[in-house]
Amino acid sequence: MNEILEILSENAKATSSEIAALLGRPEAEVAKEIRELEDAGVIRKYITLINWEKLDQSYVFAVLELKVALQRKTGYDAVAERIANFSEVESVRLISGDHDLSVTVRGKSMKDIAYFVAEKIAPLEGVQSTCTHFILRSYKEHGVILTEKQRPQRLVITP
Amino acid sequence: MKQSQKNVSIAAWNAEQHLNQVVKDMPPSGIRKFFDLVSEMKGAISLGVGEPDFVTPWHVREACIYSLESGITHYTSNKGMPELREVISETVRSEQGLTYDPIEQILITTGVSEAVDLAFRATLNPGDEVIVPEPCYVAYTPDILLTGGVARTVPTRLENEFRLQAEDVAAAVNDKTRALLLSYPNNPTGAIMTRSDLEDLADVVVENDLLVISDEVYAKLTYSGSHVSFAQLEGMQERTVILNGLSKSHAMTGWRVGYVLGDPSLVGAMTKVHQYTMLSAPTMAQVAALEAMQKGEVEMLQMKHEYDLRRRMFVSGLNRIGLDCFEPRGAFYAFPSVKAWGLSSEEFAERLLKEQKVAVVPGSVFGPSGEGFLRCSYATSREELIEALDRIEIFLSSL
Repeated sequence: MNEILEILSENAKATSSEIAALLGRPEAEVAKEIRELEDAGVIRKYITLINWEKLDQSYVFAVLELKVALQRKTGYDAVAERIANFSEVESVRLISGDHDLSVTVRGKSMKDIAYFVAEKIAPLEGVQSTCTHFILRSYKEHGVILTEKQRPQRLVITP
Repeated sequence: MKQSQKNVSIAAWNAEQHLNQVVKDMPPSGIRKFFDLVSEMKGAISLGVGEPDFVTPWHVREACIYSLESGITHYTSNKGMPELREVISETVRSEQGLTYDPIEQILITTGVSEAVDLAFRATLNPGDEVIVPEPCYVAYTPDILLTGGVARTVPTRLENEFRLQAEDVAAAVNDKTRALLLSYPNNPTGAIMTRSDLEDLADVVVENDLLVISDEVYAKLTYSGSHVSFAQLEGMQERTVILNGLSKSHAMTGWRVGYVLGDPSLVGAMTKVHQYTMLSAPTMAQVAALEAMQKGEVEMLQMKHEYDLRRRMFVSGLNRIGLDCFEPRGAFYAFPSVKAWGLSSEEFAERLLKEQKVAVVPGSVFGPSGEGFLRCSYATSREELIEALDRIEIFLSSL
């Protein structure tokens, strides 16, 4: 696994000079490699993990499970890409099991999302059924436990 | 009528008079003072902690919780859970090519600390000497003294990257020398011993018929090549007692699980002492240790990798800001020199703490040869290490 990517996947704010120090490599070399990874589309975006539940005004998230009719030639791609274009949609994944696509949607209210599904997703040609699961509480996102209490302390000095 | 005790003069109770002389004479740990200072200070960054900053991996904690739910709360055999001894035997065989019979040659202890004490108590007679390389972990000399033995310290030096030199050992041997203590990767220096360093020692050891007591608790945290134990040298296994544990490798300090590997008669003797003092290591901790040894390798390697990243960043940072530091190849300590700054290590540490709120441990705590150095633990988050480097740099510019 690429060590630079490992570090960035944990901390998008890590600068090339910090990464260079951690890896014991020249900064210019690290900066160049990061640029190449960006240009090649391996690094797509530097994101921040936010615990929205800590805020008074939050978003509503839902997971949609869709059954989709398989198209000749395009398979699931055409429908999936059409869904992905909506700005309300955070992720679109082809999954195994009872359903075909798993879609994460973000909206301002449950009503917003319900209308969005009814007006934009369900009528799409190829979408045979939808099942909307509203997310009630998020316990862990991107490997971070959001409900974690204060970490236990170590003794300040030990031999 | 009850007789009065008028005739007996009652002296005031003085507990001091009832103390063992060795214990009485034992100086308090040099760390204590810093502990008190740091504890009272808000916003201090401590690089003085000799344990992982990671919490024990969840699957290990979960295995322990499950064992408690299942009612596994009894004593184990004196030597420890058979399954744990078997998995240790298997691991040591596959990783180091050393064979230890899980029934006769492995003892589970309450941390490596107990194992160190047992090793001295089971092998030393009053007046026997043990060669102890310095600077070193603070418990060895007191443990030797408690058995009536004598700790003969041998300094290690920066010019050798704090590796123990065979000629220094040879010079310290006399007709009372019984054992050589090895503690590599080393706390506080971060030094390791290579195979060829150990081979040089082997000649002295054999010539003087010494027992080797090898504390290898940091063995898994070796960053260049893999750890070599003295027991792996040809013909040396039977005269070596390996002391190891899961505290540092698996972030399990508070569980107190260690183990001893050695010759059946030595392990038998240590088991005798263990049986009459500890009886058995805590059962729930042994269950957790079993889980960690069977399924904890992924997390162990992740933690080691993180220490290695920090090590590079921190050591190059120390050198950049003007604290000369050789490359530590093991454990999680950097041991920079402060000699160029005209302060003793204790003065330096105390002023750094008071003026910039960074806690380090003066090298002198670990023996006179540690004077002029600081022990800085990088078992601390990257953010804190970066902040500590900034603060130390400001401190240096004020000198």
